[in-house]
Amino acid sequence: MTATAAAGRPVVGTHPVLEIEDFSVTYLVDPPVPAVQHVDLVLRRGEILGLAGESGCGKSTLAYGVTRLLKPPAAITSGRALFHSREGYAVDLSSLHGEDLRAFRWDKVAMVFQGAMNSLNPVLTIRSQLEDVFTTHRPQMSRAERRARCGELLERVGVDAARLGAYPHELSGGMRQRVMIAMALALEPQVLVMDEPTTALDVVVQREILREITRLRAELGFAVVFITHDLPLLLEISDRIAVMRAGRIVEQADAVTLYTDPQHPYTRRLLASFPSLTGDRGDFVRAGDADLGDELLEETVQVVVDDPAAPAAGATEEETA
Amino acid sequence: MRFVLRKAGFYVVALWAALTLNFLIPRLMPGNPVDIMLSKLATKGPVTPATRDAIEAMLGTDTDASLWSQYVGYLQALAHGDLGTSVAFFPAGVGQVIGQTLPWTVGLIGLSTVVSFVLGVGLGMFAGWRRGSFVDNLVPAATMLQSVPYFWLALLLLFLLGSVWPVFPLSHGYDVYTFAGPEPTWAFVSSVIYHGTLPALTIVISSVGGWMLGMRNMMVSTLAEDYLVTAEAKGLRPRRIRFAYAARNAVLPSLSGFAISLGFVVAGSIVTEAVFSYPGIGSALLMAVNSNDYALMQGVFLVITLSVLGANLLVDLLYGVIDPRTRARS
Amino acid sequence: MAITTQDPALAAEEAVEASSGRRRRSLPPMTLKLGVGLTVAGAIVLFGLVGPLVVGDPSAVSDIGLSPPGPGHPLGTTQTGQDVLAQLAYATRGSLTIGFVVGALTLALSAFFGVVGTFVGGWVDEAFSLFSNIMLVLPGLPLVIVISSYVPQKSVWLVAVVLAITSWAGSARVLRGYTLSLRNRDYVLAARVADERGWRILAVEILPNLVPILASQVVFAVIFAILGEAGLSFLGLGASGSFTWGTMLYYAQNGLALRLGAWWWFVPPGLLLALFGAALSLVNFSIDEIINPKLRAQTRSQRKRWRMTREQLHDADEVTA
Repeated sequence: MTATAAAGRPVVGTHPVLEIEDFSVTYLVDPPVPAVQHVDLVLRRGEILGLAGESGCGKSTLAYGVTRLLKPPAAITSGRALFHSREGYAVDLSSLHGEDLRAFRWDKVAMVFQGAMNSLNPVLTIRSQLEDVFTTHRPQMSRAERRARCGELLERVGVDAARLGAYPHELSGGMRQRVMIAMALALEPQVLVMDEPTTALDVVVQREILREITRLRAELGFAVVFITHDLPLLLEISDRIAVMRAGRIVEQADAVTLYTDPQHPYTRRLLASFPSLTGDRGDFVRAGDADLGDELLEETVQVVVDDPAAPAAGATEEETA
Repeated sequence: MRFVLRKAGFYVVALWAALTLNFLIPRLMPGNPVDIMLSKLATKGPVTPATRDAIEAMLGTDTDASLWSQYVGYLQALAHGDLGTSVAFFPAGVGQVIGQTLPWTVGLIGLSTVVSFVLGVGLGMFAGWRRGSFVDNLVPAATMLQSVPYFWLALLLLFLLGSVWPVFPLSHGYDVYTFAGPEPTWAFVSSVIYHGTLPALTIVISSVGGWMLGMRNMMVSTLAEDYLVTAEAKGLRPRRIRFAYAARNAVLPSLSGFAISLGFVVAGSIVTEAVFSYPGIGSALLMAVNSNDYALMQGVFLVITLSVLGANLLVDLLYGVIDPRTRARS
Repeated sequence: MAITTQDPALAAEEAVEASSGRRRRSLPPMTLKLGVGLTVAGAIVLFGLVGPLVVGDPSAVSDIGLSPPGPGHPLGTTQTGQDVLAQLAYATRGSLTIGFVVGALTLALSAFFGVVGTFVGGWVDEAFSLFSNIMLVLPGLPLVIVISSYVPQKSVWLVAVVLAITSWAGSARVLRGYTLSLRNRDYVLAARVADERGWRILAVEILPNLVPILASQVVFAVIFAILGEAGLSFLGLGASGSFTWGTMLYYAQNGLALRLGAWWWFVPPGLLLALFGAALSLVNFSIDEIINPKLRAQTRSQRKRWRMTREQLHDADEVTA
């Protein structure tokens, strides 16, 4: 599959930076709940891969699993995630432990979480939270260098460096999210995993943040896994999109192909459920055209009956306590 | 700055309330405390008009002087630091008695409470960090201890460690048979420490459980917060996460609880000193009650209230420093 | 001495968020903790109710002073030959009576100043809150001592009232925190818009949600009351004519039970006091688990139900390694 270089979009490399093979995560309660089932995914160097799906389909769990942030009773029950570094070596993420894992974190793979309101420590200043990344991972940096670098990071995401002395509750939602992004880029990682980074923001701020992300990606060349339920958003910014449902990837394709020629009925349903301004897709909801809806439903049911690999109805992800 | 002013303002109002309460109680209670006091004083020696005035200012007069002018007189006497003459410790003035006994209380109780808080919060932090660990198993035991009434625990320990196995002395702040009074010698200091260990131990044992439990529960709550996940994802060292991210947030309610508990600390001191015959301000209060020494009683009550208010103010300000959100909220 | 484990406002917010609907379950689930607590507390109450009817006369002196437990006197005798067991039964009844009376009074006071005041809002709220804070900061026991000392012959009611006056403030503050959160919930605002009368909203919408926290505060109040009264009696300042655990300890201390090694005299009353307090604390823990669901999640019994191997658990707990 070659990536089409749309006008203004950088050409994406073909070498993989992250390979997820046969990855499964299960909640080991009684009875066990499979949250992610045998997922195969490849992230190429410098590309934006969108991971779409409804709430509870397992996309966040997949991200947490790959980055080794799962909390018991969740556990990785099969597969592996292979990270191919720019320097040429490969690391199996599940084989890292203790000090190695700690050193690997944030340096090569960083995360931006949903809801920065709660993702920042309320009792520390922004400066303190940016700096502790450096004090931990780059201990050889001098104090002055650290300060300067933190100021640079903030400016880069469009926040005034004077905000370094502020506390999280003193910033607006959009600014907090920018700070999270700045923090994630501190060590110039090769992969950025973003879990619903704009869902909690209003549309205007959303647009700005997305513009920042694409701009930064063009500047620094990192790959992004963009997790969201908002498919139209992905259609705009991603190079490739993977659709997830009930713990499995039902379709992967590049963005244009997914939009113009969706293969899986679930993908089609997903695309159809977003109201369109021009009036073709999603009409059946607005105009109450029940027949069109039933048609799609029958098709899906047919596929489920025919395809033994399709997940059992009712298999959902259980929320952690 | 607004925060500091607001806090100080509250405490000024509380202080005024305490002073007024102190003024009103003897005047509202049945009986005539002034006459009782004066007659008791008269048995010890002649009563000067100045003494009579001071006592009336504190406790109320029979004359037709209006309540308001009495109140003004009371506040004036207080401003001069004149709290009257004590009956129980005659002829010492109330102020003098308080001056002699307060340091003992502050030393023993203050120190023990701080030790108990630090120990409890520290243990609680470790217990919450590692659920199911050894320290976590101490929690039910510590909590059981917390339900034990303090004075009974003190009695029990006194019985075990003072009578059955005579490890510690049974009473007093220092060896009263050897020393006539406080003196700046090493022997005296070591005697003080020796006599103070058992009371301090009882205070620490009975209150450490509460702090531990509170801190542990807050740690458990805090560990489930999103910013802990961020800290972990950032690859920070466990020590940094434990202290700067988890504990610093988890300790906040314990700190505000500490301020409230200061009032109980003072109450507890009264009982401690009763059990151990410790020469502190609590003992003075009890002695005052038993000998109807109302002037001393009111004086002690005032000083106790002032200290509690002062300590509360300090802790509140400290809390404002540690939690930046409170400054924004006020 | 039990302190609320959380900042009231924070706890209130969490609790109200955690409750999925308008009504939260009012009864705690039966666990071992709750079972033990209720059983022990129940047994002691039974002893207090029935005991005095079956034991002998507690004030009957005999000439076998200070004898250890033996035939005729299961718990030995006091210095004046009185039966300790008989005294214990009457003391239990005395303590429990005062405890419950003061508990009820404290609840009424704290509910009035905490809930009603907050609900009404405006300057009433401010005034009540200021009053509560001041009462909270003024030291309780010294105040009780000072007031009681003016009245040589104290009735039980006087002591009960004085104790209640000095201990309602803590509860009021906690209740205020919870009511503040509830006051702004959507269903309360909806009821206001629908022009429901104030007291109806209070009774129907707010109070039922406060039941667990009210229950917890009542338990605290009873514990405090019994301990407070015991302390007062121990210092010789209790109600004249009443006979409680504290009074027994007062006589024991004065009768030099300690120095003479008469453990059977001062151990039982204190032991019952401790057991009752512990039992009520256990009950309170169970109630706490409703109020703060996060405590429920990782209890040991729940962890045991996970089907994870030691290795998987160890892997997952990386950050705390």
